[in-house]
Amino acid sequence: MSHFVFIAASYGVATLGLGLLAGWLLADYGRQRRALAELEARGIGQRSRRGTGDAP
Amino acid sequence: MAILDLANPVRFLSLSARILPWIAGAAVATLAVGFFLAFRAPPDYQQGETVRIMYIHVPFAWLGLFGYSMMAASSIGILVWRHPLADVAHKAAAPVGATFTALCLVTGALWGRPMWGTYWVWDARLTSMLVLLLLYLGLMALRAAIDDPNRAGRAAAVLTLVGFINVPIVKFSVDWWNTLHQPASVFRMGGSTIESSLLWPLLVCAIGFTLLFVALHMLGMRTEILRRRVQALEARAAAEAMA
Repeated sequence: MSHFVFIAASYGVATLGLGLLAGWLLADYGRQRRALAELEARGIGQRSRRGTGDAP
Repeated sequence: MAILDLANPVRFLSLSARILPWIAGAAVATLAVGFFLAFRAPPDYQQGETVRIMYIHVPFAWLGLFGYSMMAASSIGILVWRHPLADVAHKAAAPVGATFTALCLVTGALWGRPMWGTYWVWDARLTSMLVLLLLYLGLMALRAAIDDPNRAGRAAAVLTLVGFINVPIVKFSVDWWNTLHQPASVFRMGGSTIESSLLWPLLVCAIGFTLLFVALHMLGMRTEILRRRVQALEARAAAEAMA
């Protein structure tokens, strides 16, 4: 097998692995932001922020 | 102001929101320059074109070890100061470090086949790197297996510190044992043995991947802080509903 195949496979696996990790992290971040926004829309977050002095 | 006062989750969220896009942008730009230099560098006189794999394999190995060392430092923060941000940093580093370590092993196997004639041998460097990956996976499994986050954090911190013995073993395995893997050629007494036309692209790629690691870790930490805030608010909402 040509050495090119091993070089291409290495860079391909690296791109795929890092892409999946970044995608998973971004999706998880989006999920948590939406969950927090939903709680705040119900008024729970605002009460909590007043309690902890975390209000803008 | 004490440094621990600066390291609280609210301050971290505010600071990281400002600097994360810059770190991510710098990572992409540095990697673009690094890969440009890496593919313009001459082939190695023995390994030929397969030396191109070095520009990703070596940074993955360094960052696999760096991630675990950072988790060991965070473990001290968890066990000694019970600092919440140390626990967040520890938990968020595990999947990032595990990915970099796994990519080190896979790219190493793909480099080993044309150079050594085999994808894998049970030599000390390869085996200790596999142990590092298993430690990362074990730490993630341990956290997932314990419901109480405080107990999970302390248990993971203890296991991290016990497992830290593997980090110097990975580093010095090529000196202590007779391995198929080559000895250290960048960070060694007497200076690097790599020709500068190959070394500089490697260092630029290493800086780029380090910035990427920091950006991914920071994103993971932000997510974990939000997750804990959501869980706390859900618990409060449930308590209020029952009252």
